[in-house]
Amino acid sequence: MIKKFVNEFEQALLKLDRLTARRVSVEASRHFTAAKFVEKVVTPALERIGLGWEDGSVALSQVYMSGRISEEVVDALLPPSAPERTDQPRMAIAVFEDHHMLGKRIVYTMLRASGFELLDYGHVEMEGLIHRVKDDDVRVLLLSTLMLPSALRIKEVRRRLGDDIKIIVGGAPFRFDDELWVEVGADAMGKSGAEAVGIITRIAGDIS
Amino acid sequence: MTQKTMSSLQRVLTSLSHKEPDRVPFFLLTTMHGAKELGISIEQYFSQARNVVEGQLRMREKYRHDCYYSFFYAPIEVEAWGGEVLFYDDGPPNSGAPIIRNAENIKHLTPPKIEETPCLLKVLEATRLLKNEVGDDAPIIGVAMSPYSLPVMQMGFDNYIELMLDQPDLFAQLMKVNEAFCIAWSNAQLEAGATAICYFDPVSSTTITPREMYLKTGFNVARQTLAQIKGPTATHMASGRCLPIVEDLANTGTAIIGVSVLEDLAELKSACRGKLTVLGNLNGIEMRRWTLEQAESKVKDAIARAGSGGGFILSDNHGEIPWQVSDEILMAISEAVHKWGKYPLTWLEDHG
Repeated sequence: MIKKFVNEFEQALLKLDRLTARRVSVEASRHFTAAKFVEKVVTPALERIGLGWEDGSVALSQVYMSGRISEEVVDALLPPSAPERTDQPRMAIAVFEDHHMLGKRIVYTMLRASGFELLDYGHVEMEGLIHRVKDDDVRVLLLSTLMLPSALRIKEVRRRLGDDIKIIVGGAPFRFDDELWVEVGADAMGKSGAEAVGIITRIAGDIS
Repeated sequence: MTQKTMSSLQRVLTSLSHKEPDRVPFFLLTTMHGAKELGISIEQYFSQARNVVEGQLRMREKYRHDCYYSFFYAPIEVEAWGGEVLFYDDGPPNSGAPIIRNAENIKHLTPPKIEETPCLLKVLEATRLLKNEVGDDAPIIGVAMSPYSLPVMQMGFDNYIELMLDQPDLFAQLMKVNEAFCIAWSNAQLEAGATAICYFDPVSSTTITPREMYLKTGFNVARQTLAQIKGPTATHMASGRCLPIVEDLANTGTAIIGVSVLEDLAELKSACRGKLTVLGNLNGIEMRRWTLEQAESKVKDAIARAGSGGGFILSDNHGEIPWQVSDEILMAISEAVHKWGKYPLTWLEDHG
């Protein structure tokens, strides 16, 4: 039965069909708890869409809208204050040094659709980022970049924040150079929002 | 068999007609490296047309490639629409906050007048000066953002995707205004001396838009726009994939496609053979840490995959070489094209 829900939900997302996505969630909630629905249906469907993005069979606009629709569905089932969302390290996400927000929004919505809560810093420059991360006691920082020079400056972010904070990177420069994330001192790199969900699930488990 | 050496323009035109010229044409799409040549900052470099002309002349003399690139930087068009451009010491200028903050603004949007827009006039001046200097020796490649891709900088990618899906009337209005600008801007560059226009259209790539949606949107925009540009055009996917839409791209009226390293060059060449010239696809991001040997091997491999029969121009896969790529690597790429790119490619028989 779960497989059927995953397939239906994934197809609804790829067709950008909000009504069917909601219908599947309502139907599934008769059989599972909200948290179980997120874990067993939403996350696997988004993972499959993420794999499609990596192999070129799914387009970025579909990935983005899938995240948005899933986020709406999950917010209705699992409000931001739900206790299921709170058992996790403090996380923040930001676009580093430019105004291209799409990648960050995809990861943000995918993580929220998977039941995580995180601070959204929007666009940040070096000094502002360092202060906010320290003030908010962030343990896991996700950084998205579009431009190569910004990606290279994450090395400086790592130096300023030290090794206790986990830094996860993503964005075009990292997709085109598999070794770049290691060079800048990140703990991990996600090629898609779905990969980011997998990384965060693993890291959250390690930290707690 | 030996062939008489061709001029760069002859070489490119021969390859565009899907025949083999004397060697594989090679577009080294460098912009910021001109500032290095002149020993000035990137911001200073782009502040005057004369700097860009001097940079382009020096780089072509040094690297012996087959075009001049009158492109300054991607957000220059947003600057023309009143947007902010942010300069960096070590990378391309980037667009600031979007100029369309609210989709409703689209109803009142009007395109900038080229003759009253200093940043565009600077590009036209550089194009004219280049044309006066070089005549018909090598093509001058001008650049225009496609009306379909410009909104990423005008309003932000996420807002644009939602506009496209949820507000078709405002999307159509935005395309109408952007088309008028793109046509006027492209034709102004052609009149100033550009040989061809590189139509940057990454949003049409299947990396961003599924084919079904592309056919309803970016395809029609490109067909209408390219038909009114009074010169040859090359459509560049700026690192995006395009294999599933090669036939569609050919039907937009473009002559060349700039392809991604994410797709196999041999497959792309095979799909494009006789219809479109393939421009690509060296990985500019990785290029930064290539060794000299890797540079030669990547060039050789690209030529092996796509060189036969013409219809191929070697280039990077994004349309702009990153600032961090060293002169030594650019030189190694150039030497490799001159060594392995000579037609006929007899060494291919041994290469397997």
